[in-house]
Amino acid sequence: MSTCCCGMGVTTDDPRFAELDAFMASVREQPGSLISVLHKAQQLFGFLPEEVESRIAHTMSIPLTDVYGVVTFYNLFNTQPVGKYAISVCMGTACYVRGAGRILDRFAEELGVQAGQVTDDRLFSLEVCRCVGACSLAPVVVVDGEVRQLKEADVPAVVAELRQRSELEALSQPVSARS
Amino acid sequence: MTTMRVPTRISSLLELEAVRAAGADVIALRQAMETPITEAPEVHLLVCGDTGCRANKSPLTRRTMEELVVEHGLADRVKVVQVGCFGFCKAGPVVVVYPGGTFYCHVKPQDCAEILLRHVMGGQPVERLLFTPNPKEKVRFHTTVDLPFYQGQVRRVLKNCGLINPESIDEAIAADRYFALAKALLEMTPDEVIAELKKSGLRGRGGAGFPTGLKWELCQKAVGDVKYVVCNADEGDPGAFMDRSILEGDPHGVLEAMAMAGYAIGAQQGYIYVRAEYPLAVERLKLAIRQARERGLLGKNILGTGFSFDIDIRLGAGAFVCGEETALIESIEGKRGMPRPKPPFPATAGLWQKPTLNNNVETYANIPQIVLFGADWFRQLGTEKSPGTKVFALAGQINNTGLVEVPMGTKLRDVVFTIGGGVPKGREFKAAQTGGPSGGCIPAEHLDTPLDFESLPALGTMMGSGGLTIMTDTACMVDLARFYLEFTQDESCGKCPPCRIGTKRMLELLEQICEGKGTHADIDQLERLAVGIRKGSLCGLGQSAPNPVLSTLRYYRDEYLAHVDDHKCPAGRCKALTEYQIDQELCKGCALCARSCPTDAIVGEVKHPFSIKIDLCIRCGNCYDVCKFHAVVR
Ligand SMILES: Cc1cc2nc3c(=O)[nH]c(=O)nc-3n(C[C@H](O)[C@H](O)[C@H](O)COP(=O)(O)O)c2cc1C
Ligand code: SF4
Ligand code: FES
Repeated sequence: MSTCCCGMGVTTDDPRFAELDAFMASVREQPGSLISVLHKAQQLFGFLPEEVESRIAHTMSIPLTDVYGVVTFYNLFNTQPVGKYAISVCMGTACYVRGAGRILDRFAEELGVQAGQVTDDRLFSLEVCRCVGACSLAPVVVVDGEVRQLKEADVPAVVAELRQRSELEALSQPVSARS
Repeated sequence: MTTMRVPTRISSLLELEAVRAAGADVIALRQAMETPITEAPEVHLLVCGDTGCRANKSPLTRRTMEELVVEHGLADRVKVVQVGCFGFCKAGPVVVVYPGGTFYCHVKPQDCAEILLRHVMGGQPVERLLFTPNPKEKVRFHTTVDLPFYQGQVRRVLKNCGLINPESIDEAIAADRYFALAKALLEMTPDEVIAELKKSGLRGRGGAGFPTGLKWELCQKAVGDVKYVVCNADEGDPGAFMDRSILEGDPHGVLEAMAMAGYAIGAQQGYIYVRAEYPLAVERLKLAIRQARERGLLGKNILGTGFSFDIDIRLGAGAFVCGEETALIESIEGKRGMPRPKPPFPATAGLWQKPTLNNNVETYANIPQIVLFGADWFRQLGTEKSPGTKVFALAGQINNTGLVEVPMGTKLRDVVFTIGGGVPKGREFKAAQTGGPSGGCIPAEHLDTPLDFESLPALGTMMGSGGLTIMTDTACMVDLARFYLEFTQDESCGKCPPCRIGTKRMLELLEQICEGKGTHADIDQLERLAVGIRKGSLCGLGQSAPNPVLSTLRYYRDEYLAHVDDHKCPAGRCKALTEYQIDQELCKGCALCARSCPTDAIVGEVKHPFSIKIDLCIRCGNCYDVCKFHAVVR
């Protein structure tokens, strides 16, 4: 098989499978390790496409339907590709009563997508989460893995900052790495 | 400091004591209040490294401080130490200086030099970084002893948070960690451990308040050669972070308590189920487990007693229902987290159908001190039926947000107004929400309620795990009920139709009311559905899902009626029912509102009254919040 032109499909000869296989081998003795394996797979691939789920089902001798059942049960597992930068607005109680809704609306407006969607350029995913435990700073947003205390007015600057970061990264990388 | 050989592997009480002795000076220094700083042989700058302060860039402050210490050639005498949460998160990044315990708030990298040169070298505290409730006044608070936030607090469970470096097992041991385990293993029988726990009256801190000693006894008596110890660190209540802070600030206390549980019930393996949303807690736990194994405090033949116990971590993946203990067990088994019918209870058939003890993080964190100091000591605080302390995560519309530990039975008023510093200026306290999606609200007329396991259910709410979200007059209680139902509806695992479908129906009705399309019949219908969902649901999620609605109906029915009869949202929160206008008499034409409007719906000329173009207004309320002259009306 060859590489995929859209950049998000995963083929069976993808080098990341080797690492996934190694991980599965390392937890083979541990009962009930499916969720850890799925976490690992999502960390490697960014999401859990069918190809990845079937590989896991096959290697761990678990019916594919069971793997799929677990993947769809838990909110943190994605079956669709995510953006390069995840913006996750906390909608836990503390953040909600301190105006997280407006921050979410503002991100939606700035990015032109709704919560749960990815921008067309696949740069951003807009997500909602339920409390990251930084409630004393509410409202907070997890921006590319980093918990931040934000005001509605900060939203455009955050988006601009990430756009810039992405451009800088693209500049410092050889062309081939962006396929 | 004294140099002593510190044993790497600890295989006896003597060696454990040697480690503690080696770190005794460090702990003593961090408790020294009187020694003048310029005369102290060593100075410690404690920087909070908890998720809360990290979000305020505390690692940057710490690094800057470390660099400056080296730059000024002070590395021999001045140590910069990362510690767990001090509790006063709203003041973050927090830096505390010992000796003296000077408590600095909002310390930015550019403030570090001043602390170092003026205070550490010159002995003069940096006044401007001390806490003040009102920057305009000269009142400044120097230490945790006089900060209002700590009045009435007793830090037992959190005693090591903000004292030790959570990434150092040596410091944990210096702060008495693993001595309770040693005492249990060397001086007590499993029966004696359980008897002490029963005598202490400790009740589960995960929500239901089940007597912990009794649970341990049930697991001990359960038949089976393989048993498990589980720690519930799923902390699903959105708005709560007690367990996260305990794990990030003092992970060894939980490990030690789980090992004691293993000894008491006869288990050799423990699991900590942590939510994946807490990456730092997971990292610190992993490190703590690795260190405990290396030092021989987990694993085979602990302290030479022949007792073996090990702990593994299992990650959640974002499902609230997995905090329910049988769903949690399913999830550890790698399955969908669907609750099981009870009985059988986990104590008899839990993880892989083996007898399983499950306790909450904070419950475990209480146990080492009970074993060390005894049940009578534990009972000195709290009430007869709710002994000990409780940690609350104080958040929402309140001045001093953070982590609070108070004796059980402390009045809500003291927590909100003394410790919490009251609600923001110009606002009125409206409700305290406890118990999260399973709980309810305490209105202003019940501010004198003692916070304990008995008093809260009497008001139609519950203790829950410790989330305490404060709301003011700007919060709409119908909208809050809608918020919670949206949550439970979303998080229902779908097994029971009353929970799966009933919560959806309730949510639809609440949405209708919030849009001004509700009727009296809808309110009646909500109450009828609540009864059915309570009765027809398998697990606590469904059984308690109607609580936020029932509780708000009980205390704020007039607000529901305002939505239904007058098509008005008194708090101005429900967008469909709120219209903003500018009072032409009151408007001074300062243009603040126009600048705050995200859609440029406010037009006008400076120094003349502005007005709002209704068709452009998205009813965000920004203008209402910023106007200094109360000229924006709704
Ligand atoms: C829907 C639901 C969510 C729960 N979430 C948690 C949780 O996040 N953390 C927790 O410790 N207990 C939670 N519980 C309570 C647990 O089922 C269990 O009672 C508790 O972990 C027992 O520990 P304890 O006796 O030490 O309190 C939850 C219960 C329900 C019904
Ligand atoms: S009550 Fe709700 S969450 Fe609990 S088992 Fe039934 S459907 Fe699942
Ligand atoms: S509610 Fe947002 S971090 Fe807890």
